[in-house]
Amino acid sequence: MDNIIRLSSCQEGDRVRIRKVEGEGIFKRRLQEMGMLKGAEIFIQKYAPLRDPMELVIKGYHLSIRVEEAEKILVQPLQRVRY
Amino acid sequence: MSSKYTIALAGNPNSGKTTIFNHLTGSRQKVGNWGGVTVEKKEGIARFNGVELNVIDLPGTYSLSAYSLEEVIARDYIVEGKPDMVVHVVDSGNLERNLYLTTQLIELGAPLVIALNMFDEAQNKGLEVDYPLLSKLLGIPMVPTVGHRGKGIDKLMETVVKTIETNDSRSRYLQLPYGQEVEDEINDIHKLIQATNGLGDQYFTRWLAVKLLENDSVVTKRLELVGAKSVLKQAETSREHIEEIFDDDSETVLTDRRYGFIAGALRETTRMSKEQRQTLSDQIDNVLTNRLLGFPVFFVFMWLLFHMTFLLGAYPQDWIETGVNWLSNVLVVVMPQSLLQDLIVDGILGGVGGVLVFLPQIMILFLGISVLEDTGYMARAAFIMDKVMHTLGLHGKSFIPLLMGFGCNVPAIMATRTLESRRDRLLTILINPLMSCSARLPIYVLVAGTFFGAAAGNVIFSLYLLGIALAVGVGQIFRHSLFRGEAAPFVMELPPYRIPTMKSTLIHMWDKGSIYLKKMGGVILAFSIIIWFLGAFPREQTLLENNLPPGDTVSQLAVSLDADQPHHLENTYIGKIGYFIVPVLRPLGFDWQMSVALLTGFVAKEVVVSTMGVLYGVDEASVDEETAMTDGLRRSMKSPLIAYAFLVFVLLYTPCLVTVITIRREAGGWKWAAFAVGYELLLAWGVAFVIYRGGLLLSLG
Repeated sequence: MDNIIRLSSCQEGDRVRIRKVEGEGIFKRRLQEMGMLKGAEIFIQKYAPLRDPMELVIKGYHLSIRVEEAEKILVQPLQRVRY
Repeated sequence: MSSKYTIALAGNPNSGKTTIFNHLTGSRQKVGNWGGVTVEKKEGIARFNGVELNVIDLPGTYSLSAYSLEEVIARDYIVEGKPDMVVHVVDSGNLERNLYLTTQLIELGAPLVIALNMFDEAQNKGLEVDYPLLSKLLGIPMVPTVGHRGKGIDKLMETVVKTIETNDSRSRYLQLPYGQEVEDEINDIHKLIQATNGLGDQYFTRWLAVKLLENDSVVTKRLELVGAKSVLKQAETSREHIEEIFDDDSETVLTDRRYGFIAGALRETTRMSKEQRQTLSDQIDNVLTNRLLGFPVFFVFMWLLFHMTFLLGAYPQDWIETGVNWLSNVLVVVMPQSLLQDLIVDGILGGVGGVLVFLPQIMILFLGISVLEDTGYMARAAFIMDKVMHTLGLHGKSFIPLLMGFGCNVPAIMATRTLESRRDRLLTILINPLMSCSARLPIYVLVAGTFFGAAAGNVIFSLYLLGIALAVGVGQIFRHSLFRGEAAPFVMELPPYRIPTMKSTLIHMWDKGSIYLKKMGGVILAFSIIIWFLGAFPREQTLLENNLPPGDTVSQLAVSLDADQPHHLENTYIGKIGYFIVPVLRPLGFDWQMSVALLTGFVAKEVVVSTMGVLYGVDEASVDEETAMTDGLRRSMKSPLIAYAFLVFVLLYTPCLVTVITIRREAGGWKWAAFAVGYELLLAWGVAFVIYRGGLLLSLG
């Protein structure tokens, strides 16, 4: 699959689809339970004032994860919405 | 005859579960802990049409895996507690993720009724749910509710009672379809489990099989215990097999299938009638977590919280002190001068006062925290602060307890309840006393004022900074020694902003207050009396003739010492202990008076000041009170270097009695309380030693 990037490199307003969740154990498990599964769509709502953590919209709710955690999520950009 | 059933409430955090619990049980609640752990357990009694329902509020969880204590508690309770019904509270506006827990509950074979909570909010968002059809698809009765307005709760209870009494819920359950390949593996494991005796009924054994396929650590351990080697071996083979087919680990595959099942069910039963656009909540959030405004707004809220707690809290505190003083005065007049009077006035009444003075702060702080949590701002506060706190090895939510520590460590430590991860919580509790609480300030002001003159302000400021710096250092050390292992990920839901209801906020506040009074008050009182005893015995005959002036409640010990003559204090048990510890403190340049003052500071840190007053022979009636105190300090501490070492020691040494008891209660056991006292004493001694000896080497003495 072409054009795969890390979630941590996405910008506010990006819309992406999850291709793969790396990592293991409690981290991967928790993400999956929260619906962060392959194929799921994510909207990057915003970054915190200090650029970490970031706020995502997934399955219609808001979720915050740290940038270092977002690094383990591979995504495919869908479209870019600019305010 | 009325029947009695037990129902358990399960649901995601932020699903409004607690609101429904409060609505059902009102004030008939008791708050305790789940056996052996510090996860809060709430129970209450609800009555419906002559049926008495014992309601258990399970910890809020997203799932029922073995990865978190809360989840293990919830599922253990469902399996072992065998509630007559599990009421699963679901946020209707967030069905997809909430129903993930439903799939787990179905699998566990729990008898279920679903409360589609916050149904109005979902409808306003434009969501249309054909819940009768969804109910039919899942085989679970569903009732729409609006928890904070109490809507639908009666219908919910009616459905619960009816479903229990017709006893039909479980038989209607579907089996979650995992697809042929996975089902084959589940069946292989299931057959072997069924062949092993005593592992439970059919629902439960299938659940075990699924959990083994997910490599669930608790279930694996359980089967190891019964020696089911063949089962475990099959599970391993099955996991490998699935990994081969799907090129992903079995946990992921199963989670994926569950979400797939939910998505399928929702596709048939829900529809969005409105275009999804920016909600009001999003607009509020754009301001509150704005890149430029986020921090200023945050600090304004923190400033308000701090000032409300400690400045507003000071008024009721004064009333309590005045009230207790008045009562003491009355007793002194009414009762004959005796040991009994002394015990009641100084020991018991002083102790009760010492317990009560913290209550206003705890109530106000938890009122504030409850508002922050119920509105959804608490999650945003953590969101904003996490970067800073994470560099210190902590969680964004650690900020509020640490900030509150500058006021008083007691409510601050209770405020760590907002932290979900035990490791983060313990760490925040343990370093909290290093935040210099307001009770230490009078000591700083007195000693720094005496020795450092104009520089006193800077000296005091340096103490606060030292406390913070050591908290960071100690935190890092604990993280890499005591709390090693995988850190809990910062995967945190940011719930929509909501307007909290008065009732739920007040119940929340009262919960904390009553925990403090009921669970800690008694212990604090007992210790206060013991310490009063140590400071008042053995007694000299002359002392009994002294008319003891009743004092303010917190420093009641000092008052009881106050009445004594300095030479007498040497003879009390406290004085003797003071002599005993002098050799330990002498390397820091501390003398006997300083040692005894520190010892009495265990009751409450500000008592150090009044003890010093007594020890340096300050007569409160004398005009030269201040000079007497300053002279005494100068004689005792000899040099600014010793004075500074003493201040550092005061900053760092054992938390006060009430804080220690709070740690015991909140961290779960005397072990942690003892550890906190131990490490802080060592730290205080070590740092004071380095400062004193280092200063001497540099000829600062």
